[in-house]
Amino acid sequence: MDGHGAPVKATRRSTARRGRPGAVAALLIVPVVFLGWFFVWPVSAIVGTGLAPDGHVELGILARVLTDPTVRSVAWFTLWQAVVSTVLTLAVGLPGAYVLSRLEFRGRRLLQVAVTVPFVLPTVVVGSAFLALLGPQSPVNTALGALLGEGAPTFDLRRTVAAILLAHVFFNYAVVVRTVGGLWSMLDPRLEDAARILGASRWRAFREVSLPLLRPAIAASAAIVFLFTFTSFGVVLILGGPGRATIEVEIHRATTQLLDLPLASSLALLQMIAVVAALTVYGRLSQRAEVQQRLVSSAAVRHLPRTGGERWFLRSNVLVAAALVFAPIAVLIERSVVTASGYGLGNWSRLLSREPTSVLAVPASEAVRNSLLFGVSATLIALVLGGLAATAATLGRGRITGLVDRALMVPLGTSSVTVGFGFLIALDRPVDLRGSALLVPLAQALIATPFVVRTLLPVLRSIDQRLRDAAAVLGATPSRVWREVDLPIVGRALLVAAGFSFAIAVGEFGATVFVARANLPTMPVAIFRLLGRPGVANFGQAMAMSTLLAALTATALLAIDRLRVGQVGRF
Amino acid sequence: MLSIEGVTLAYGDTVVVLDLTLEAADGEVLCVLGPSGCGKSTLLRGIAGLEPLQGGTVRLGSVDLAGLRPDERGVGLMFQEHALFPHRSVADNVAFGPRMRGVAPRDIDQRVRETLDLVGLAGTGDRQVDELSGGERQRVALARAIAPRPRLLMLDEPLGSLDRALQTRLLAELPDVFAELGTTVVYVTHDQDEALSLADRVAVMRAGRIVQQGSPSELWRGPRTPFVAGFLGLEHLVDVQVEGSRIVTPWGEFDRSVVTDAGAGPGPGTAVLLADAIRLANRSSPPRSFEFALAGAVAHRRFLGDHVRLRVETRDGRTYAVPVWRGDVPEPGDEVELALDPSSIHLLAPDPDQAE
Repeated sequence: MDGHGAPVKATRRSTARRGRPGAVAALLIVPVVFLGWFFVWPVSAIVGTGLAPDGHVELGILARVLTDPTVRSVAWFTLWQAVVSTVLTLAVGLPGAYVLSRLEFRGRRLLQVAVTVPFVLPTVVVGSAFLALLGPQSPVNTALGALLGEGAPTFDLRRTVAAILLAHVFFNYAVVVRTVGGLWSMLDPRLEDAARILGASRWRAFREVSLPLLRPAIAASAAIVFLFTFTSFGVVLILGGPGRATIEVEIHRATTQLLDLPLASSLALLQMIAVVAALTVYGRLSQRAEVQQRLVSSAAVRHLPRTGGERWFLRSNVLVAAALVFAPIAVLIERSVVTASGYGLGNWSRLLSREPTSVLAVPASEAVRNSLLFGVSATLIALVLGGLAATAATLGRGRITGLVDRALMVPLGTSSVTVGFGFLIALDRPVDLRGSALLVPLAQALIATPFVVRTLLPVLRSIDQRLRDAAAVLGATPSRVWREVDLPIVGRALLVAAGFSFAIAVGEFGATVFVARANLPTMPVAIFRLLGRPGVANFGQAMAMSTLLAALTATALLAIDRLRVGQVGRF
Repeated sequence: MLSIEGVTLAYGDTVVVLDLTLEAADGEVLCVLGPSGCGKSTLLRGIAGLEPLQGGTVRLGSVDLAGLRPDERGVGLMFQEHALFPHRSVADNVAFGPRMRGVAPRDIDQRVRETLDLVGLAGTGDRQVDELSGGERQRVALARAIAPRPRLLMLDEPLGSLDRALQTRLLAELPDVFAELGTTVVYVTHDQDEALSLADRVAVMRAGRIVQQGSPSELWRGPRTPFVAGFLGLEHLVDVQVEGSRIVTPWGEFDRSVVTDAGAGPGPGTAVLLADAIRLANRSSPPRSFEFALAGAVAHRRFLGDHVRLRVETRDGRTYAVPVWRGDVPEPGDEVELALDPSSIHLLAPDPDQAE
């Protein structure tokens, strides 16, 4: 076989369409007002409450918080668990990225979709799944008991760092596999071949050729994993314990248990500073690492395993990926059918019954209904906001574009708990929204909007200006051009963005737990409350609801995958 | 000496090279000529150790290369579209091989300079790969492949991505580089001009097998099968009938000993008119006694710089391409007479029936 498919040039052939400044401003009004009201204002309120509780700024408060031994140990724990989680995720994810992007094997496509599922699973579901997987009733313990009889040791990892780290790897595996694998699947395989022929060993060829070329993708995925694990909330709240709280969890505790708003504000401020610093470092790194290179089509890159070593590498990695992805979900499903009297569908039938449960004060089915309603509303809001902002960013000139792009990414870097906490202390003015059910979809939309922009922007920018020119020359008016050229191309991306937003909104926990009213719980909130109560019935019901929630988000993701838009899951 | 014996290569269930045997003497330039997809690039990858052999052996000198990893084979390969390391400078690309082979840093600089000189790129070492033009990239790729002084240099369609003028220039320079290096060269191409002008020996490849090998002039004068003839650019293939010692052609029947013969059996077969078989006859050079005279009219005239190519339709409905090198060139529509030299009719052996 000659050649390896047609080369795909890595250049983007597009010129931004120049719009009138007025049009750009008009498009931006709604997103800017939204961002100001529901992000800037609450965050300023946090800063105000933290640093100026009595109306004038006291930097001493910040100093006091920062020197507090408890805060310092929380900050230290947050940092090191994030670093270790990131390193572990890379260690497991990089070989996985290689296998999924460079090797051809049966079931590859299925596995590729499957590894993405954990990433969209709600944190609460991940937490519950690992509670079930690592508890005394886990399959490992059952197997040990069956093998060794009565004297078998029982492992209970539920309230340990190991559980948190493992859950983080599970959760973020897809980030590494998709971000790094995406680039790896387009690296010209002849580069490594050339190095091999020139005398480099396999490992040396990887180190000297592929690794430097992959560095931007590796850095990007590491930054994202670090960010996610640094601000990890649901997983740590459920799996952690005393002495194992992230800043995020501590903010929640300070607000709901200690009722110490200045402490919560200072912590939120501390976290924001850390996140901004991390993002800045990442921005610098990614700028420096960029190398112009020729990319090839990914189908031409994959090959069947050629040597025994390669086959072994493939098998072990597929096994790791499959175990990592399927074990927690399988145990989750299994636990959902365990009742006090053995296997049965009791947990599921209670989920659908209209009887109020003692823990939730409302029927469990209402939590499902709330989640769906809030999720759909949040999706609509996020699509409007994200669509307007992305269109403005495409129309506008360089500076505005960059500014909008970055401004909308800020909520992504800010933690969801900060958003929820900010809503709680700030949204009594100008209209008191704190008691309103509207807060939930608003908070969820704020968190989902960056993803919408991230999905739409590359597609909008990639539309070849010459297509619009051709349509115009053929007699299409400007609005007709938009309808005939832009919309059909963006349509698919819009659907993808909708699926993504819905999955994020339905699974949102950090902000929702602050703003959801007691009688209007969403599914994640209900799961958290159920897990907080003892009893097989409550646990089983939490598992059933987690399974349902996982199914919901996974369905949204699979629908996206059907549309096969290349950039999904990459940032 | 490179000797390839009974080599089979496959991607999964798709056999790409089948039971192929080929040799190249020390210092010889061997061109493997074939259409895209015939397996010639895969053959190079097999020799380099990038694809596992499904069967057969590859020996370089007295060493059996089986079991040696690509980095242990000491061969050089210049890739199609070059595969230069995009994150390294020109000098670092060229230095890569010597560095891997453990050449001392001081000697590496020297080696890089010499090699860049040899390929006509002196003084470009500090430039980045993405600043280079197509022709420069091609030269860097060549320099990188030869810098470790491989015992065998393989080139995979090295001129494929270049424009015509650059191709011509590099085609003129490559023999000097090969001579200077003195290594065995295996050069893969689909372009018969490249193969015929560079090679000491040409091997024509089709669907994973070698159909014919020989010196460029042997091939040009004696293609073995219709495929080889067609691939070399010979246009006039005609159906003939072999009956005992006689051969029946569209132009008449005559003794088989008149024509050259690649080994056709009795019965229907194919013959080809070799390059100089047919010419335009006129008053100053009428058809000679042993030539066939064919009357026809000019259908089309194509100007090709140093000569003009006529398409002439004869009365029996056949068309012939006839080069005219000098003198008056007839206009389209003019009646002309052609002279065909029967000794330039070449009888071909049938192409083996191959499952493609």
